[in-house]
Amino acid sequence: MNGRRSWGRIALTVYALLGFVYLFVPIAFIIAFSFNDPEGRFNLVWQGFTLDNWLNPFAEEELTDAMLYSLRIAALSTVAATVLGSLIAIAISRYDFRGKAGIDLLLVLPLTTPEIVLGASLANIFLDIGFNRGTSTIWIAHVMFSVSFVALTVKARIRGFDWNLEDAAADLGAGPWRTFRLVTFPLILPGIIAAGLLSFALSLDDFIITFFTAGSQNTFPLQVWGGSRNGTPPQINVLASLVLVVSVAIIGLGSVWQRIRLRSGHQV
Amino acid sequence: MPYGLLSPGVLWLALFFLLPLAFLLRMSLSTRENRYTGETTFDWNWDNYTGAFSDYGEQFLRAFGYAGAATVLCILIGYPMAYFIARYGGAWRNRLLGLVILPFFTSFLIRTLAWQNILADEGPVVSFLRATPFFAEDYQLLNTPAAVIGGLTYNFLPFMILPIYVSLEKIDLRLLDAAGDLYATPSGGFRRVVLPLSLPGVFAGTLLTFIPASGDFVNAALLGNPNTTMIGTVVQDQFLVQLNYPVAAALAFVLMLIITAAVLIYARFLGTEGLTV
Repeated sequence: MNGRRSWGRIALTVYALLGFVYLFVPIAFIIAFSFNDPEGRFNLVWQGFTLDNWLNPFAEEELTDAMLYSLRIAALSTVAATVLGSLIAIAISRYDFRGKAGIDLLLVLPLTTPEIVLGASLANIFLDIGFNRGTSTIWIAHVMFSVSFVALTVKARIRGFDWNLEDAAADLGAGPWRTFRLVTFPLILPGIIAAGLLSFALSLDDFIITFFTAGSQNTFPLQVWGGSRNGTPPQINVLASLVLVVSVAIIGLGSVWQRIRLRSGHQV
Repeated sequence: MPYGLLSPGVLWLALFFLLPLAFLLRMSLSTRENRYTGETTFDWNWDNYTGAFSDYGEQFLRAFGYAGAATVLCILIGYPMAYFIARYGGAWRNRLLGLVILPFFTSFLIRTLAWQNILADEGPVVSFLRATPFFAEDYQLLNTPAAVIGGLTYNFLPFMILPIYVSLEKIDLRLLDAAGDLYATPSGGFRRVVLPLSLPGVFAGTLLTFIPASGDFVNAALLGNPNTTMIGTVVQDQFLVQLNYPVAAALAFVLMLIITAAVLIYARFLGTEGLTV
């Protein structure tokens, strides 16, 4: 029986390893094709190795502009969504009130509605009331779908938070604002940061809803979509690889920072 | 106090989620007056709904068929991976989860374009398969339904792995030892103890995979052919290209209603605990 169990474990390990290979094959291709020297307008077939794309990562002006535009929108919507979503999460975790179940449902519904429905409904109302589509409409849409993600993430992370700490602070003479700033906020901050990063990533990568709510200026995904029809410069792969490297660096620095804090005695 | 904290976010969702849906419902019952400007009048026109099934039944079936196939594949690939991480990940658990998410820091569209590279006729997979005696000389993968389903599976796999992992992680693995002490075989212990307890995770993962997959049009556009278009393709085309807002609105509503019905039926079998994780 022991033998059978260990064979099962080996089989599972191999299966999981193959799963990870599957996850990373496209990433390997994205990086490899950032060094490709394509002959036509499409970066579809391997032609030859070149460093040109990496030496001129910003050579495709429209693509670079689109990336900067996407980063700007992601920053703007992350700020708004993180504030609105965290306030909702604090309210549901901290207080009991009438209509709580309704709020929970309202938060889940945008996540169980296909993006194409959300995009079409927003484009429809903007057209109907004669509001021109552009940066502000993309921002409105991104904040809308991020609020739910932020609220649910922060809520999950502050489950088990001891709200008696607030009473303790009040007993020691701290006012509500001081209590929040010095006690509550630092303790729930890791959850808020995690939710903010999630909302930034969601905004940066959103395609379908943005496709419906954008004006004439393209975000990065919209520019890539256009490229899939008109020509895909290898700079797409260079910028994608750069985003990947920066994300890994941020996550790596985050975990190093956390370890240093833990070692120096801060328990988070 | 709670209402003060809630109101800004809830107001946002009311104005930019609920209200647009109400406007969309109204649009789905309107008639298009001008095919160039897209002008419409509201006149309780139910034809948009009857036309949805007669004209686009095929695209609906394909959307749910492809999304269903991708969801099943995600469970088959994702469940063992989540189980492996939860059971044998040890100190590496968080790093392995990080590896699951890492590929998704590159854009959704670019990942799908990478599958074009992989599955292209000159690409490695097709070249290899053509060299084997089992596949024809002109065998193709790109621009086939299999490629679309494969793309959907890949793009939504982490949304299956993560919730299953969360539900597996909550299980006290000593239950398996207990089952073994009571003479359950390893597979019996898994089937009767672990699997039932992890179903909420499978349920949540299924929602997070099936819903976006059934409304998707990107994979069908980049990896499929004109005969693999899904309902998302039609909604997008009717709305943004044909300016036929009433038809697009009705199709969007039908899609949403079918998904809601499917979720409710599915929830009756598996419970709803996983929904609000």
